[in-house]
Amino acid sequence: MRVVAVFEWFRRAAPASLVVGLALTLVWVVAAALAPWISSYDPIAIDAANALQPPSALHLLGTDSIGRDLLSRILFGARVDLLMAVAGVVGPFIIGTTIGLAAGFYGRWLDTLLMRILDVTISFPYFVLVITIVAILGPGLKSYIISLTVVNWVTYARLVRSETLVLANADFVSAARVLGLSNGRIMLRHILPNAIVSASVFVMTDAVLTIVLGSSLGFLGLGVQPPTPEWGVMIAEGRTYLATAWWISMFPGIALCTLAFGLSLIADGLAQILDQDA
Amino acid sequence: MGRYRFLFRRPIEMIPVLIGISFISFVLLQLTPGDPARLMLGPRASAEAIAAIHDRYGLDQPIVVQYFYYLLNLVRGDLGQSLAFRAPVGAIILTKIGPTLYLLTYGLVLSVLMTLVLAIAAAKRQGRMIDQCIRLICVIGVGVPSYFIGLLLVLVFSLKLGWFPVSGYDRSFVTNLHHLFLPALTIGIAITPILTRNLRATLIQQMGSDVAIAGLSKGLSPATVFRTHVLRNSLLPTVSLFGVVASFLIGGTVIIENVFNIPGLGLLLVRGVLTRDYFIVQGVTLVLSLGIVLTNLFIDIAVVALDPRIRM
Repeated sequence: MRVVAVFEWFRRAAPASLVVGLALTLVWVVAAALAPWISSYDPIAIDAANALQPPSALHLLGTDSIGRDLLSRILFGARVDLLMAVAGVVGPFIIGTTIGLAAGFYGRWLDTLLMRILDVTISFPYFVLVITIVAILGPGLKSYIISLTVVNWVTYARLVRSETLVLANADFVSAARVLGLSNGRIMLRHILPNAIVSASVFVMTDAVLTIVLGSSLGFLGLGVQPPTPEWGVMIAEGRTYLATAWWISMFPGIALCTLAFGLSLIADGLAQILDQDA
Repeated sequence: MGRYRFLFRRPIEMIPVLIGISFISFVLLQLTPGDPARLMLGPRASAEAIAAIHDRYGLDQPIVVQYFYYLLNLVRGDLGQSLAFRAPVGAIILTKIGPTLYLLTYGLVLSVLMTLVLAIAAAKRQGRMIDQCIRLICVIGVGVPSYFIGLLLVLVFSLKLGWFPVSGYDRSFVTNLHHLFLPALTIGIAITPILTRNLRATLIQQMGSDVAIAGLSKGLSPATVFRTHVLRNSLLPTVSLFGVVASFLIGGTVIIENVFNIPGLGLLLVRGVLTRDYFIVQGVTLVLSLGIVLTNLFIDIAVVALDPRIRM
């Protein structure tokens, strides 16, 4: 019954950008999940005899400089880039929401401390700070996720804190207090569900930034390390062959853009729904 | 002049942030494995040389004291020694600031031009075809990685058409206008969507404002009202937005310098990370963050200068 209702809502009321965005993203999720079954080559198997082949019936998107099949690498790369998006967003979201909620609700020294940390982190160029932390931990996907978690929780904390500050003085929260509910219950059951909305929408935008940034690190040689097929790494591998074998860089780039576009559209659609409600 | 009095207050307000920045960059280096003296001098350094470095940077002292040594050296302009370059980090950074500033400014100018054209075109025909197209471009633009834009531009304009060099940096200001066009355009394209979205929204809001309606009802032409009232009032929020964009812009420059092989701070930073030249990494991080702090100060001044109503 619920499923039918959701479907009905989608058909009538969902913004076009949300529908298209979800569809695009779903295509990549399915491609990533089925990668081992739908790709016809091993993504890291070297085949020097077939190096730099242009797109053909045998290799639909061509091969790279050491003969690896690009389509298979892009499909397996979807796993890496999607994993990056999820892992890079979950940690900051949970930590930031918890701290933002506590700071907004209890105020005092916790809030002051949070605001000072905010002042300092926003004066660091975000990308540079991430690179510096990666430098200390050593290049790789794990370092990237850790540095994102260290840096990015602040954004979520700021969003949730500002909502919590307003909600803590709302009538229904005062009512809950009068009823004698505990602080913990008020925070979790009454404030959190309302305060978390804007942070949840930001998750989608953040996922886009995480993928773009992570692939940039891969491109610079500071992120996922070869031979793992990651889209940014693949774009970098094709750089020297740009004039002669454009497909090596272009197809992973197009893959990256479509996934990012799908996620941006979801963010755009969610923002539209919230604007209507407001 | 009274409105600019905040400039005297601002350095004091900046102190906690500056302490925070210096503290974080100090801690970052503390977290790196190994003895910093070895990082500076290399594995084959003599015991005396190591001892001299320990003495100079207070490395035998407790960590809090080390921090004060670090601050003291910072004030003296001593950022440590680069292992790869065998030279003081401060001096190396000074030679790399020029290209980065050039690229940043050039990219910013191009993006302001693009933003003005796109946002005005969209706002004047709100809801029409062209507005929808520009909106879509902005949504797509956010998700296209800047290095990929750079490679596309190189592929088309350098390799196929041969209009621009593939990479590098020239000596003179004028030739660099041509030499750095593609990297600057890449940076411009990367930040234009954010600025355009913002300016378009403000323009539309201002077009319905009392000032604009009063102007129209007095018989001024729509073009005059747009130019003198709507546009002027709309530029202010966009200027304030530069504070947010600045951090984005610097991140973009780091990547683009690597794509186009421009010898600036970004190239230095990434090479530093790859060769584990930690003092370079620390120094560049520090300088770029100071850049952000200064940018925000300039934006405050610009906002006050542009709008007589604002008091800081």
